[in-house]
Amino acid sequence: MGAYARRATSTGAIFGLAITHLSLVGLVVALNDRELVAGVVSVGSTIAVIAALAAGFVASRPLRKGLAPPAPAVALGSGAIAGLVTGIIITALAWLVEAFTPRDVLINASPQLVAVLHWGQDVMVGNAINVIGGALMGVVGASLRIIPGDLRRGAVTGIGALLGLALMQTFVSQILTGLPLTFVDDFLYEREGLTWPGAITTLVLFGIIGWAWASQRKAFSERLGAMGANQRRTARFSGLGLLLLVLATLPLFVGPFLSQTMDLVGIYIIMGLGLNIVVGFAGLLDLGYVAFYAVGAYATAVLTSPASPAFAPHLDFWIALPLVLAITAAIGLTIGAPVLRLRGDYLAIVTLGFGEIARIVLNSNWMTPYVGGAQGILAVPAPQFLGKDLRDPALLYYPIFVACIIAAIAAISLANSRVGRAWTAMREDESVAEATGVNTIKYKLLAFSMGATFGGLAGAFYAVRIGTVFPQELNIIVSINALALIILGGIGSIPGVIVGAVVLVGLPELLREFSEYRLLLYGIVLVAMMLLRPEGFLPNRSRRAELHEGEGDSEPDWDEKRWERETGTQTPEPEIT
Amino acid sequence: MSEPTNDAPMEDQPMKDQPVNAEPVNAEPMPPTASEATSSTATPRAPAPETDAVLRATRVTMRFGGLVANRDVDFDIPRRSIVSLIGPNGAGKTTFFNQLTGMLTPTSGDIVLDGVSIVGRSPHKIVELGIGRTFQNIRLFGEMSVLGNVMVGRHARMKASWVGSLLQLPPVRKEEQATTERARELLHLVGLNPAYEGEWARNLPYGDQRRLEIARALASDPKLLLLDEPTAGMNPGETAEMTRLIGRLRDQLDLSVLLIEHDMKVVMGVSERITVLDYGEKIAEGSPEEIRANPRVIEAYLGKQATAS
Repeated sequence: MGAYARRATSTGAIFGLAITHLSLVGLVVALNDRELVAGVVSVGSTIAVIAALAAGFVASRPLRKGLAPPAPAVALGSGAIAGLVTGIIITALAWLVEAFTPRDVLINASPQLVAVLHWGQDVMVGNAINVIGGALMGVVGASLRIIPGDLRRGAVTGIGALLGLALMQTFVSQILTGLPLTFVDDFLYEREGLTWPGAITTLVLFGIIGWAWASQRKAFSERLGAMGANQRRTARFSGLGLLLLVLATLPLFVGPFLSQTMDLVGIYIIMGLGLNIVVGFAGLLDLGYVAFYAVGAYATAVLTSPASPAFAPHLDFWIALPLVLAITAAIGLTIGAPVLRLRGDYLAIVTLGFGEIARIVLNSNWMTPYVGGAQGILAVPAPQFLGKDLRDPALLYYPIFVACIIAAIAAISLANSRVGRAWTAMREDESVAEATGVNTIKYKLLAFSMGATFGGLAGAFYAVRIGTVFPQELNIIVSINALALIILGGIGSIPGVIVGAVVLVGLPELLREFSEYRLLLYGIVLVAMMLLRPEGFLPNRSRRAELHEGEGDSEPDWDEKRWERETGTQTPEPEIT
Repeated sequence: MSEPTNDAPMEDQPMKDQPVNAEPVNAEPMPPTASEATSSTATPRAPAPETDAVLRATRVTMRFGGLVANRDVDFDIPRRSIVSLIGPNGAGKTTFFNQLTGMLTPTSGDIVLDGVSIVGRSPHKIVELGIGRTFQNIRLFGEMSVLGNVMVGRHARMKASWVGSLLQLPPVRKEEQATTERARELLHLVGLNPAYEGEWARNLPYGDQRRLEIARALASDPKLLLLDEPTAGMNPGETAEMTRLIGRLRDQLDLSVLLIEHDMKVVMGVSERITVLDYGEKIAEGSPEEIRANPRVIEAYLGKQATAS
């Protein structure tokens, strides 16, 4: 019991300090502009509640992995203590900010913050809400752990949907009015924030959906497993077809801003698929991937733009594209060749250097006569299709969409072939791959130039999407984004790339008003992922096993007994014909 | 060094009908760092007609700085034979092995596989020429399926290019199909349960990992299979099975086998010829019986086992 209380206290303190940090960097006040339920609760205030809830949930886990979960009373008690501590720290923060007004140093320690932390109420009422509410939410968090997993999934889904709908109000209502489902929009939203009935319906509806999915998933996959191979394939293809159909019709009603975002996500998906070949399949850590993106973008600009300073063939985009791909593939070979002998960390550092070199060279005086230096190249024309200008993001979406599909199919085809196997073997053990007959030099070069080609394709679309290319935008952040999205999605996994791009590139675009905090959130998300789900959202099978070695929740390791039971101790000695 | 016959090209040498060199060379075991000055011998060649040797190593010397890991090793592997390379720890067996597979390039000397010199070629090229190997400490592609491991082993015999793979052309698909079938056959041949072909290699029990490694090596259709301590870490039952497997592979596939092994039961049971290395030099060569009786070998290495058995 003592151990639980101690841990609950420290857990509560950690979450309280996290809220303190988020408050002092201004995120809490920024979130306050979004109303959760119109006129009643803002998202900013809710964040304190969620912290207490999370603290309660975390504090009620078993003391160590593998130990039995605590008795319900102990769990609830732990949750209450953790939530209480979080609440007390938030109260203390509000008091300190009010008493000392340290705005000279901490610019975000504003009266506004105090108001948010007090829920817009009096000091006493606000403090009471924080302390008592904190303890209560801690208990709720702990009880989430006690209730069956299916119900928990439902509750989490409901709360998540509620927050998501509140944060994404602008876009959700845009989609709803575009669909046209204006009446749903009217029901859900007021001008600012959800309506009460809307909020409650969301919570309940998504709660039920989450619960149903969690409880039926096993039965569902069993049904799928019971189907014949053909039926299963039909089911899978029809699901995929439906998804593609939805994706293909999306830009028709989501409006220009969302289309633009989807274009960007698509470009990052192509890039992620390419980088995934290099890092995920072949195991070569490339931190300078932006170099290929930059070459693709500039090659497109030079070949198609009439404003290209030195050499302006003014080609059509579709004629330029194969040339761009060839150029980036060649650049991939050129960069790949000198770094072939490097492994691991060394390769990462050298490629990091190449990424920077690409930007600096494009920006240099030496190249300015050819690529415009810091001014970049302007007036990159949009691709034409059937005489139509694809400048509109909703139209440009289609070639990007098709390119994504082609890139994904290419990546899958390569992964399941002699080439993909050679890459995997190389990733697993380079010298053994060589001793097994794989020409590792050739396959490294192939991986590099293949990844470069994908990067070039993404760069080409980047150039026509913006219509201009600047060296400043092609910086290391692009490389980091591309790498982070494949890590987030699950290294080596193609669906993971797509999920990673949506989460890491799409969501931040939609939450533009918090763009100041983008890198902070990036950091939080990545650290949380590494702690909780290091294999990524949609891992490929093998990574998951590696990272969860010796944990109860992974697939069981080889079972000798099972082997003996099923095969007999003596392995057969078959004859070969 | 001192024997003039060694300087003559291999082909011109008369075959000495003396399988075992019984002459003691150094009374003291030579420290590995000692230079050539103290060394004085090369063993006479084994009685193998040269047309029948699948592999022939001539005066192979490997130096690492001052350390001479192999000195003037002459070594033949007759076709369809099982040959063992033994010697105490640090005798240079694995070094020699690594030169056969191209992981190391001999400082001097020549290694010829079926008339083609393999010295200086990269390991993957040597696999193409027909040498397959396993590793002392099992080195599978752990996070690849069992079947995938064997299919990688077939890489050198496949033709699919990246273009073909990208477009999934019909010949590529056909080849992929054939490779899958061949890999399954090989798993069957080494006695792995087909139910586990989708399992990751690292999840297999130890003994099966050894079998899988052999299947992967066999997938490249080698003329010569090099097994580096295939029974290391196995219990007597598993060892006996592995021994039988090695014999069976030779009989069923048109294969020559070179074995590095510490377990004398395995060595004596399965080999037709044994070569003994000590401090990087060949000190004896011959049939198991001859090796067992060789006083030099007994002194250098085999002593206890020989008297015990």
